[in-house]
Amino acid sequence: MAFDIEEWYNEVNNGDVVLSHYGAITANAITLMLDDIEQGLYDRNEKSKLRKKVYNVMVEALQNLFHHADLPPQNVIDKFGEKFATFVLKKEGENNYSFISGNFIRKDRVKFIKDRIDQINHLSPEELKILYKLILNNNEFSDKGGGGLGLVDIAKRTGHEYHYMFHNYTDEFYFFCLKITIST
Amino acid sequence: METLSLQGSPKTPTVEMNAESGVIEIKGRSIPENSIDFYRPVVDWLDKYSENPANETVVNIQLEYFNTSSSKCILDVFKKLETVYKKNGEKGVVINWYYEEDDEDMLEAGEDYQSILKIPFKMIELEE
Repeated sequence: MAFDIEEWYNEVNNGDVVLSHYGAITANAITLMLDDIEQGLYDRNEKSKLRKKVYNVMVEALQNLFHHADLPPQNVIDKFGEKFATFVLKKEGENNYSFISGNFIRKDRVKFIKDRIDQINHLSPEELKILYKLILNNNEFSDKGGGGLGLVDIAKRTGHEYHYMFHNYTDEFYFFCLKITIST
Repeated sequence: METLSLQGSPKTPTVEMNAESGVIEIKGRSIPENSIDFYRPVVDWLDKYSENPANETVVNIQLEYFNTSSSKCILDVFKKLETVYKKNGEKGVVINWYYEEDDEDMLEAGEDYQSILKIPFKMIELEE
């Protein structure tokens, strides 16, 4: 049976939620979402250090979703359009936030993404810094305009491992769930 | 050479580049989806400027946020300034990298650039 995205979303969309989203994602929507997130952090009286860290990670994470989520299956396109993503940003405790996102990935890209995240998870802070500078200085942009730096940058800023799952959706598609922890 | 002035927006920084005075400023947020388009005129301006730079170039970078897509373009900006530095020598280019006192990530970002480039940076802490 296909992975039940709505059920998963309803499960994670609880607690002290700053912002959650289920549906189409556009560049303009991201701008508005970032404003809402910034306001939500002010409303919770977060110190500027945490506020900036969360905001910075959210810029990368949301732009990553926009640029790197694969075209979803046809039934999802019919309902939401070509860019579909879900996410929940919530406060988990004192100085601790989590961002949980879900998006479609084609089966043939699963291994590449899994290897990339596993590699990042295994690196020490010093190694992440070296990798970051190496990618920054390699003069290349990916075909989607990003520099392939997003995941490395987030890991470097948060100092936390990524948690992720690939859920089988159809023969061709997996639903990729990623959890980012942000704390100071 | 004409001054380059770009007004800031919620996603892009304010840019002021004056060839006569040699003062170059980039301030605000730099989080556009496509940073290459935004930084193209900046890099082009520096290309021309580096042919005949002022005796002293003062660069003030005061960013609140920047995304990874911008980080590559900002490195390109610094690489153009490196050309000016090579031409004008040690006193020819001053890079002031501003960061807010509790923003260690921004300080680290400046240090990362400094370690890649051959121009000295002055790290300047701003009190909130």
